[in-house]
Amino acid sequence: MSDHKIDTHKIDTHKIDTHKIDKRDWDAHPPYVYPDYKSTTFRGPTKPLVPIAHTLSELTIPAFGHEQIQEFDNDLTINGRVDGEPQGERIQVSGRVLDEYGRPQIGTLVEIWQANAAGRYIHKTDQHDAPIDPNFFGGGRCVTDENGRYTFLSIKPGAYPWGNHHNAWRPNHIHFSLFGMSFASRLVTQMYFPGDPLLALDPIFNATADKIARESLVSKFSQKYSIPNIALGYEFDIVLRGPAATPMEA
Amino acid sequence: MMSNKLKQTPSQTVGPFFSYALTPEQSGYNLKSIASPDMRADDTPGEHINLSGKIYDGNGEIVSDAMIEIWQTDADGNYLDRDTPPMDGTFTGFGRCDCEIKKEFYFNTVKPGPIEEGHAPHINMIVFMRGMLTHAYTRIYFSDESDANEKDAVFKSVPTERRHTIIANRVEEDNIVTYQFDLHMQGDNETVFFDV
Repeated sequence: MSDHKIDTHKIDTHKIDTHKIDKRDWDAHPPYVYPDYKSTTFRGPTKPLVPIAHTLSELTIPAFGHEQIQEFDNDLTINGRVDGEPQGERIQVSGRVLDEYGRPQIGTLVEIWQANAAGRYIHKTDQHDAPIDPNFFGGGRCVTDENGRYTFLSIKPGAYPWGNHHNAWRPNHIHFSLFGMSFASRLVTQMYFPGDPLLALDPIFNATADKIARESLVSKFSQKYSIPNIALGYEFDIVLRGPAATPMEA
Repeated sequence: MMSNKLKQTPSQTVGPFFSYALTPEQSGYNLKSIASPDMRADDTPGEHINLSGKIYDGNGEIVSDAMIEIWQTDADGNYLDRDTPPMDGTFTGFGRCDCEIKKEFYFNTVKPGPIEEGHAPHINMIVFMRGMLTHAYTRIYFSDESDANEKDAVFKSVPTERRHTIIANRVEEDNIVTYQFDLHMQGDNETVFFDV
């Protein structure tokens, strides 16, 4: 994707220190307390975070590999089937997991979960009065390939109401969980869909002040990843914290 | 040059409905879990310990729609990471717990060894919950390691009056060792969270 293209020649790879990881970019991440999202006001930490000099504790992570992945784990149109096909609009979601220097994060686990086409989760405590789809589970995972790419086949999730404020509806979204190359690069996020009118009203989406970062949460419609006669394609790249690089001297 | 860096993808809340995908076996869903609260086997070397605690919000209410992840060394102080995966395939040092079932988190693990001289044994923890847009990192130190704790650079970097919030209390009962570690998201006893 053009907006994720960077000139890697400008980064001196000899100066990349794999024993250090770039800091969490607090311009890119939402704050712990964001009053428009009410629960954050009594759940988010309020005291200043204590800075930490990274040790092996922050720089290591177990390898979750292919052996943990089962057939169809990345095909949500199949992995919940009981006696038929799931209802809704089939989609293919694909993207690359990169670090901040555009390097692919190879062999890293990507887990997803989502509501069904009617906006209902399979989760036992979801009380939304919308139908459960007996043939849709809504959870999946895969490991990124040699280009850092993941791909899922699924059903476009529906919007659903939540109790944050009067007539509050979450925009269509898919939850993503990623590990990257260290405990410090751990990320849980949500992917949204282009053109969704609910985005402008959603406090979770809008909690990220930085426009470029916030809009990177919205996938792009992709003809390339659409499958003829089967599914519409959406592309969603994810950028994790990676090993630090020192900028070259001019 | 730094302007060439890509922007980190923003964190978003894990929400309330993660367990069927992230902790499926523990939560009773039909999918194999990639990690669980039962981290050790009967023959995993080291002192077998349980770790448990409740999470309190700013109103003193128990938070149950939360997920806790921990990452730790084995009893010899080794991280079984991508470069040095576990030999026997059992203990990985990574655990994941859905707090919904017991209204608390719990792990069956082994007491970690120190990474190297001068580092106190500790467990690294990530807290995810509905109502948090970004996960929070903390560390668990052990009440019976006060000498080592006092030498640990990260522990010492925490203001003295807040250090008690990251020490788990050792309780021994019927030959079972349990470390108790409650999390307070806000308030006078707010747990120390690190800018990892």
